[in-house]
Amino acid sequence: MSEAQRECDGPDCGNPAVVHWTQVVNNESSTQYLCKACAAAKGISTDPPAELDVSDFLAQLEPTESPPASEPSVACGFCELTFADFRNTGRLGCSHCFTTFDANMRRLLERIHGSSRHVGKVYLPPDPAAADIDRRLDGLRRSLRRAIEAEDFERAALLRDEIREHEPG
Amino acid sequence: MDETAANFDFGLGWLNADGPDADIVLSTRVRLARNLQGHPYVARASDGQREVICRTVARAFEKTSMQRRAALLRMTEMSERARRVLLERRLISREIAGLQDGPDGGVAVAIAGESPVSVLINEEDHLRLQGLVGGLRVADAWSMVDRLDEELGRGLHFAYHHEFGYLTCCPTNVGTGMRASVLLHLPGLVLTKEIARALQGISEVGLTFRGLHGEGSEVVGNFFQVSNQTTLGQSEEDLVEHLTRVVTTVLEKERRAREVLQRDAGPVTEDKIWRAYGLLRYARTLEYEELVNLLSGVRLGVSLQLLPSPSVYSLNRITILSQSAHLEEAAGRVLTPAERGAQRAEYVRRVLTGEDPATSVPGD
Repeated sequence: MSEAQRECDGPDCGNPAVVHWTQVVNNESSTQYLCKACAAAKGISTDPPAELDVSDFLAQLEPTESPPASEPSVACGFCELTFADFRNTGRLGCSHCFTTFDANMRRLLERIHGSSRHVGKVYLPPDPAAADIDRRLDGLRRSLRRAIEAEDFERAALLRDEIREHEPG
Repeated sequence: MDETAANFDFGLGWLNADGPDADIVLSTRVRLARNLQGHPYVARASDGQREVICRTVARAFEKTSMQRRAALLRMTEMSERARRVLLERRLISREIAGLQDGPDGGVAVAIAGESPVSVLINEEDHLRLQGLVGGLRVADAWSMVDRLDEELGRGLHFAYHHEFGYLTCCPTNVGTGMRASVLLHLPGLVLTKEIARALQGISEVGLTFRGLHGEGSEVVGNFFQVSNQTTLGQSEEDLVEHLTRVVTTVLEKERRAREVLQRDAGPVTEDKIWRAYGLLRYARTLEYEELVNLLSGVRLGVSLQLLPSPSVYSLNRITILSQSAHLEEAAGRVLTPAERGAQRAEYVRRVLTGEDPATSVPGD
């Protein structure tokens, strides 16, 4: 959108400005337009931290030329994605990839999130097996305890209704 | 479909500024990433497979309680301008708008008519459920998308792993698949140079920040988006509570910084605010970035009650409705950059002089 580009106010610098820096010192406000380099010289970062790039992240973890011994050589049976493909793009091909690359995914999730165990909402599929219902009930009871602790009684009532719906008898 | 799609009042509910702390917190957004079992992820799906996914999700959406007055907007059936309108309203991402290479088949957004929720279909994940509300209302936005998720999950087989949780295309979203973000206006912390410390604090407690337009965007107009960094190992309620608590602390710091500004640099601050107002009130041409920076000063003035008007609602409307695609939509034609600048300034003047009641401004 910058239809007119301002020049950097830094000493002897005519580069295009990328930051608009305002400071107040002793009741006096001053504004400077700075280029990336002059901003950096003043200790101002012009790069908002981007989303974690998974392929960069993977590259940092295992900076070897050839695939390490632990890298799976099989491709996903459903979408044919190889671990090398995943390493390049940082994106999985389908939900089966998580099973195909189970050990690697577990380690990767640990490193990204500090955990590989989901403790949030438990999904109940449209045709649930008994085990799905048990897990769901555990999850709902956890949420119920939380809602009561947080004194969110409206949510607690909804959760109680749902627990009753799934409980046998 | 084009004309109606762009003219729907979708995605504008948050402008009402009726949530808590709406003078500083523009909006709260919660999104959930979901995928369907038994289908390749979007990047590896063919046109035909994406079409099947789109139809499957659309059918499930039609059975939810949120389908009343809803619309399914397929990107391939919309004009570029209409897609840009949706992008400017933050209802779709730049990627699925397909502005460069044209949109892909099967990519759509289902927008509820009576609730601030929508579902992106075939973006990076098969489904991205989104709730967008005004002010600091993380728990509300979460409970809205949670309800939609529950209703959709009754008909759709989501990809879910007993240990890892909801499975997503990118491992950074696995688990809850939830990204909760709050859009903050923090001129006080910027002007008192406390912002770096505040942002540092935010990243130390597992949250992350970006500029106004999301990933990789520059910080303009003192707007910052704060969101959770990780999605696994904490429940949705934990994440909601954590984000709310941290943002509340940031708000306290921002309000304190504003007090310091008024105490130590009162005349300078007041002068800046009135100058910003003066430029907006009388300028004959405005670039969007300049506008956003001036609005920052005016928003601060309104929040500090140094300016009697406009309302936060009007400021929110200007922020969204003075973007290029919205101006072109209102003009009904393509505008040159010079025309855009002139129309933008004219629109802002109309709002500030009260000549343009919010009910008849462009985009409605």
